[in-house]
This record gives sequence, structure tokens and C-alpha cells, in this order.
Amino acid sequence: MLWSMNQKQILGRYGEDVAANYLIDRGYLIHERNWRCSLGEIDLIAKDKDRWVFVEVKTRNGTGYGHPFEAITAEKIMRMRKLVAFWCQVQEKSGVKVRLDAIAVLVRHGKVAVEHIKQVY
Amino acid sequence: MLLAKAYAVSLLGLAGTVIEVESEISSSLPGFILVGLPDTSLSESKDRVRAAIQNSGLKMPNRRVTVNLSPASVRKQGSSFDLAIAVSILAAAGNIKKNELENWIHLGELGLDGTVRRVSGILPAVLIAKQAGISNAVVPKANLTEASLVEGMNIFGAQHFRQVVRLHGVELPENELDEITETASVPISNSAFASFLKLDIADVIGQQEAVDALTVAAAGGHHVLMVGPPGAGKTMMAERLPSILPDLNLNDALETTAVLSISCSRNVSSESLLLRPPFEAPHHSASVSSLVGGGLGMPRPGVISLANNGVLFLDEAPEFQKPVLEALRQPLESGEVVINRSGGTARFPAKFQLILAANPCPCGNGFGSGRLCRCSEQQKAKYLAKLSGPLLDRVDIRLNVLPASLSQLAESRSSKNGSLSSAQIREKVSLARIAAARRLAGTPWSINSQVPGAYLRKKFALPSAATQKLQDALDKGRISMRGFDRCLRLAWSNADLAGRDLPDQSDIAKAIFLRGPENLIEVSRGNSRG
Repeated sequence: MLWSMNQKQILGRYGEDVAANYLIDRGYLIHERNWRCSLGEIDLIAKDKDRWVFVEVKTRNGTGYGHPFEAITAEKIMRMRKLVAFWCQVQEKSGVKVRLDAIAVLVRHGKVAVEHIKQVY
Repeated sequence: MLLAKAYAVSLLGLAGTVIEVESEISSSLPGFILVGLPDTSLSESKDRVRAAIQNSGLKMPNRRVTVNLSPASVRKQGSSFDLAIAVSILAAAGNIKKNELENWIHLGELGLDGTVRRVSGILPAVLIAKQAGISNAVVPKANLTEASLVEGMNIFGAQHFRQVVRLHGVELPENELDEITETASVPISNSAFASFLKLDIADVIGQQEAVDALTVAAAGGHHVLMVGPPGAGKTMMAERLPSILPDLNLNDALETTAVLSISCSRNVSSESLLLRPPFEAPHHSASVSSLVGGGLGMPRPGVISLANNGVLFLDEAPEFQKPVLEALRQPLESGEVVINRSGGTARFPAKFQLILAANPCPCGNGFGSGRLCRCSEQQKAKYLAKLSGPLLDRVDIRLNVLPASLSQLAESRSSKNGSLSSAQIREKVSLARIAAARRLAGTPWSINSQVPGAYLRKKFALPSAATQKLQDALDKGRISMRGFDRCLRLAWSNADLAGRDLPDQSDIAKAIFLRGPENLIEVSRGNSRG
């Protein structure tokens, strides 16, 4: 059990690295990773020109349990919105442009595929 | 933009609309949204379609899929949209070429494993698609024969979703799903109807008068009331009336089969066109909505529409609830029934021939001398009074059926081939109907029972020599003025059967006999014989 948890965490961590590199390649500035507070965690906070982008990264090893995006539920997005609001409050950033994105990292047969959806609600 | 359209049909009664099933795939988190006024069974389609696509070896798009059923104001119900939704999504996702679906209609329910399942209402749906100018249809294999009744359509019967996808030019690798075991289709044939066909009027022993009366009823499409004690053979003869009716013409057959097709309770339509007139005999506990049609929310056809172009037999007619009998009046008049429900208004055909059977009194023994009868006059009057009034006005033939006497039985036993078979009588009936149709050409009517008396008196006036007997009966009060008209119609049917151009005195005399006395109690006593 402990071992599998670790492997899951390693995979998650790896996925976040891949996602961060993917964003950097596309001209984003990574501001923060794994920002935590009492409400939860934001995987990636990046800046796309003048817009703050908050990214939820989902990593899967194969699609046996469905596509990574299918794991992002409406509930999860509601939580993300609260987190973003809280982050803005803590960082004293009001009136800034924000966006919620989702990135899926799919590892299969030693190959990695990245999918990026902008502006999820 | 990822957009595609497919087509399906939404039915309301026998009428319907071609529905555009639009799919859009937007760059957003995976989801499946179905809009356009679907009911519960249609909303569940989302889950069936998703599973069917995935289990057919295809990919459900992992973005947000929005399916719109247009026109959005038409209420839609049922599972027959599954197939159209599925192909529309695959076309939006780029698996199927979009222009491939333009001239196609897709009807069918999907199983989770991708099998295409039978749905009701295929025949009217395909007809509507044809009227809308669509020339190709995909239907469930189980409904293929039914759909093929529509001429000039290219019809594909699918058993599995993979076949549909291949049909639209998608190459799929072979897999185990392609070996669909032919689900042993139980021939739900018209066995019920086939058995009625085998019923032969020659089975009726004695009762020559009643058989003659039924022959006239068949020739002119007259409604019949039979009054007689239990065991006299009322039911037996009513069941054999369809066997002496001629085959339905193609339009009537399509109409009747279409009603059967939308009535979920029956599967008869799966086999083929109903070329023989249907026979329906509802139990006397039937409710108004089961008889004339109804249903929750959406109107459904009742027994009278299932008996369209055939025979509706009400055994023990006085036992039916009064409102049920009264509900028959309007459809008897107009030949159709309009049913309003919250879900919409539907019009169903209901051109049936009504056969009523009744005992002479509650105990059933009040015939002949009535010595065995233990009912009071009041009880008798009350019993038959349930039938009186406007309903009976529409019944041309009132017949007293007595049990066959011993001498009749002996006679029929000695001359085995004396009585005519159904096929022989059907031949005569067909000829009589042709004669009537020829005479009535250019009018809205084709059989004698439909013609109003006033029209008969004016357009087909008879020489006074022929009608003398009728006039006498009227003067003596044996028949009423309405009865006069009914007798005229019957006389024409008699003449058609006898091959005469005009009814003569004997036809009139027979008509007066068939019409029977005005008073039902006298019918039950058999006084018309006197």
C-alpha cells in the first residue's frame, strides 16, 4: 500500500514536471508550484503575458480508468475557484486577469502525451 | 469548430417531425450535455450512447459534447434517438464524414455493448422521413421487415453499432464483436391473426340466418348487434367475421400496421404488413382510455385504433361501463379519434366495424317463450337499456340469435358441404364491395354503411313498388324514420350481394328483417320473425 502510494506520488510529481516544461516551452512563466493552503493545493501557478493561469494537472498511466480529464469533476473545479480567490486575497492581488486551465499528462508505453485545455469553468 | 448533424424522427401519434440531432465538441473538460426537450427515457440515452461507442471499439471524444435535438420546442421521448445521437457525435469527432449523414435517418436504441435494439413506431417514422425527402434509413435489424414496407426507401437493418459505423465508411479493425450471434428472432408472427384466418364460417352449425346477416354486414360494413342466450354462437360468429372480410388495400394496411407499430404492447408489426383485417375483442372491464386511447403525458392508441379497418367485438356489451360505450360514439361517426394529453394531441384512425353481443336478459334465458327466465321485466329493461340511445342508432343490423335447434343440427350433419366456406363468402363480399364502390365513385364513401340516408333517398331513389313494404312498415310504426334510412342502406347491401343494380322488394324485405324491431326487448324475444 505504502509502495503504491509512493508510486502514485512519483507519477504525479513527474506529470507536474512535464506540465511545467510544456508551459515554459510555450512562453509561460512558472510562478509557483504546489501552492498549499487550508483549502487545498494548486498544482501550478503560471503567468501568460499579463494573465495569471492556475493549472490543475492530472497524470495517468494508461487509460484503464478513463482519460485524465474525466477525473476533473465539477466539484473539483468549484474547489479550484475558491482556491484562486483565496490566493488572490493572500497575495493582495485584486483586479488581475485570471484563468483556470487543466493539463492531462498521459504516460503510455514509455511515451508521454500532454493535452492542455484553457479556460475550464 | 467541430459540428455535425444527423436525423431522427419524433412521433406524436401517427404524425411526427424529422428531428435534427446536432453535435458539437467544444474544447472544455469532458462532459455530455443533451438539450432540446428530451424526456427521462431520452435523457438516459447519454449513458447508453457513451457506453455503446466505447464498447464498439471507438473513442468517445474526451472533450465536452453538446447534443441538441432541434426543433427544440417539440417534446421528444423514447430510446429511438440513440443511434442518431451516436453517429452525430462520431461525425462531429471526425470519425464519420459529415456529408455522409445528410440523406440518412437513424432510428434505434443502443445497448451498452453497442447492439442495436428494436424500437416501436418504425413504420410511421420511416414514412415521415420519406415525406421529408430523406431516402436512406438505418433501422434495427429486428424492425427491418416493418421498415421495408415503405417503398422507395433504401433501408439498412443494423444489429450492432459497428455495422452502422462501417456503413458510413469508417474502417474498423476486426474484433470479436463482429461475430454477432444471430439472436434467435422468435417469430412473433401474426399468429393471433393467422389463427383467426383459420377460423371458418363453415364451422358455424345451423344459424343460416345469422350467417346471412353477417355476410350483409361484411358487404356493407354495417355495425351489428347480436342478442341471444349464452351458447347460441354469438362469439363464435363474431370471431369469424374477419374471415369473410376482403383483404385490406395497401393504404389501409399501412395505416393499420402503423398503429400497431406505435402501440408498444404489441409486436405483431415486426413480421409484415397486416393485409387481413384485425379483430379486437376487449374484455368488458376495459376502461375508456384503453378503448379509445390515452396514456400518461403522451397519447397512445387504444383498442379501437388497433381494430382500425377491422372488427371491434364487444362481447357482453351491456356489462361495459356506460362511459366506455358512450366514448365510442364520436369515433364511430368520424372514423378517427383525437386524443389530447399534456404531451400533445394525437389523431389516430378508428374506422372499425362494431359488433355488439348481448344476452337477452341478465339471466340469459329470456328467449323464445322465456319460460326459464327468472328476470323481472324491470331487470330486463334496465339491462338492455344500457345499450339504447345514440350508440344503437349507429348499429344497422340487430339480430336475434337463437340456439340452433335439433333439426338444424341434424340437417347440417347430413349435408356436410351445404354451408359455404369463408373463402366462398369472402368472394361474394368482395364483389359486392366492388359494386358499391363503383356506384359511390366520386363520393367520399366507398361502402354502404357510410352513406347518409338523405343522400341515398335523393340520389338513388327507388321505384315506389320496391319501397312499398318499407312505407307500410313506417306507417304501421314498426320502424322509425331513422330506421327507414338504415333499411335503405341495408337494402343496397343486399342488392350488391345479389348482383342486382337496384334493390327489389325481396331486398327491402330482408333489410326490414335485419334491422329488427325498434324496441330492443322485442329483438331479444325474436319478434321480428313474426
